[in-house]
Amino acid sequence: MAEVPEHLLKRSQERRKALGLPTGEEGGEAATPTAEATPAPDAGGGAGAGDITPPATGGGSSGDGGAGDSGNGGGDTGGVPAHLLERSKKRKAALAGGDAGAATAASGGGGTATAVAAPPTPGATGPGGHTQRLLTVVKSGSIQQTRAEAQDKVHTWPHLVVIEFASMLILLAGATIFSALVRAPLLGLADFNKTPNPSKAPWYFLGLQELLTMFHPMVAGVTIPGIGLGLLAVAPYIDKNPSVKPTDRKFAIAIFSIFIMMWAVLVIIGSFFRGPGFNFVFPWNDGIFFEL
Amino acid sequence: MANGNGNGTNGKGGGALAKVSTALDKTDEKVRGSQAWNSIFRPGSVYRRGYTDSPRNRSYVIMNNVLYHLHPVKVKRHAVKVSYTLCLGGLSFFLFILLTVTGIFLMFFYRPTAASAWNDIKTLETAVTFGSLVRNMHRWTAHLMVLTVFLHMCRVFYHGAYKAPREFNWVIGVILLTLTLLLSFTGYLLPWDQLALWAVTVGTNMMGYTPVFGSSVKFVLLGSKEIGNDTLLRWYVLHVLLFPFVIVIFMAVHFWRVRKDGGISGPL
Repeated sequence: MAEVPEHLLKRSQERRKALGLPTGEEGGEAATPTAEATPAPDAGGGAGAGDITPPATGGGSSGDGGAGDSGNGGGDTGGVPAHLLERSKKRKAALAGGDAGAATAASGGGGTATAVAAPPTPGATGPGGHTQRLLTVVKSGSIQQTRAEAQDKVHTWPHLVVIEFASMLILLAGATIFSALVRAPLLGLADFNKTPNPSKAPWYFLGLQELLTMFHPMVAGVTIPGIGLGLLAVAPYIDKNPSVKPTDRKFAIAIFSIFIMMWAVLVIIGSFFRGPGFNFVFPWNDGIFFEL
Repeated sequence: MANGNGNGTNGKGGGALAKVSTALDKTDEKVRGSQAWNSIFRPGSVYRRGYTDSPRNRSYVIMNNVLYHLHPVKVKRHAVKVSYTLCLGGLSFFLFILLTVTGIFLMFFYRPTAASAWNDIKTLETAVTFGSLVRNMHRWTAHLMVLTVFLHMCRVFYHGAYKAPREFNWVIGVILLTLTLLLSFTGYLLPWDQLALWAVTVGTNMMGYTPVFGSSVKFVLLGSKEIGNDTLLRWYVLHVLLFPFVIVIFMAVHFWRVRKDGGISGPL
């Protein structure tokens, strides 16, 4: 249940005593002040935590009516039970001395979540000369805790940028040196009449080509890669385990590793262990039939 | 140099030397003290108000630069550990940039027609300054990019980094992997040599087995019944324009989501 700050409770009780209303301790209608004084969704209950303002102005509809409710109307769950509304109406009628208009307005506004009071008319004061009143006490749980958790952070500049820059330079240097030393393949002009033996797909598709030796092309070339890619894409929606600790996700890691290993093995077989006619060969006996 | 005056006691030869030395010192002082020197070589002169190392300036470096601005001003300490990411995602992006730059260079010397494609590449390799080097780089880094993207995916999986709230970014990542493969595969045909022709024949024959619209898929891809001039033009446009365009969009979403989902995933 919501915690009403101590000083507010105290003030509320003092006011109630001063006005001759029953306070929470004396029993009466209100069970405990803590329990009743709070919920925001109901305008009447929310506005009625503290002072009572007689519905002096006609324009003060829901706010004023709510104030008259004196904190009895609030249901714990937000929805106001019918019998409480009924009681609240009676109470208001009694307090307002027949100002039925305000009472109906209050019951009408009971379901809305507004806790807006009418702007105080200049010069108009409440009982005891008060010009202020407590609009609402909000449940502690309904206040968003925005306090950021302290995180161990470092400045992107220079800590991250320097690493990125260094890794880029290393990669660039490596790529340049490698490219200066190793020529990219350029075979003879494309010739439709000369089918090379074996004809191989690019290396990343050699796993698929390897599957072609085992399955019908529709299965090997479309169904299996389609399902594989699809499963990969929806992996986060299948694996609902929130933990990222390797010990908690042995199954997921095992499945993924098997998937990757199987793929790697197929690519390696397709690349190095397939010779003329796409027949199985050992590269150390027959040489490598592979171009990047 | 600074102690040139002290050499004066060594004798006549030393005195002459000392004179030259002091003269040099004076010139040095004059030059270094000049406004021109200071405006050019002042530390941090790329910043209009100079650069001093302060948390405020470290933040400004990131905020005031359109490229660095991809990053947040601060990142989690564990996120800058090379052993966590192995730089794979970043390097994939860098390889993409490298491939774009080398690719633009290649485009100056390449015509996507069956009659000239192969000859253009031969000419590029033999007659263009750095032509061979750039072509080699383009080819090798393309293969490397397929590898880094794939390894990046493995890294992300083993760290469980695809879990909430990063599920959707994983999906984007799978799309990026597919686009990378498509980029690589469309580029494979362009040299128009035996390797290209028959590798693509194998690949497109496989796609021809797509259920229901297999033959249509194949026709759309080839631009005719057989691989030929139309295929080359089609794959050229796909390779240099369409797929890069699409992949850049998805990359933008990918990077944006990394930040929106709270930076890279936490430590294990």
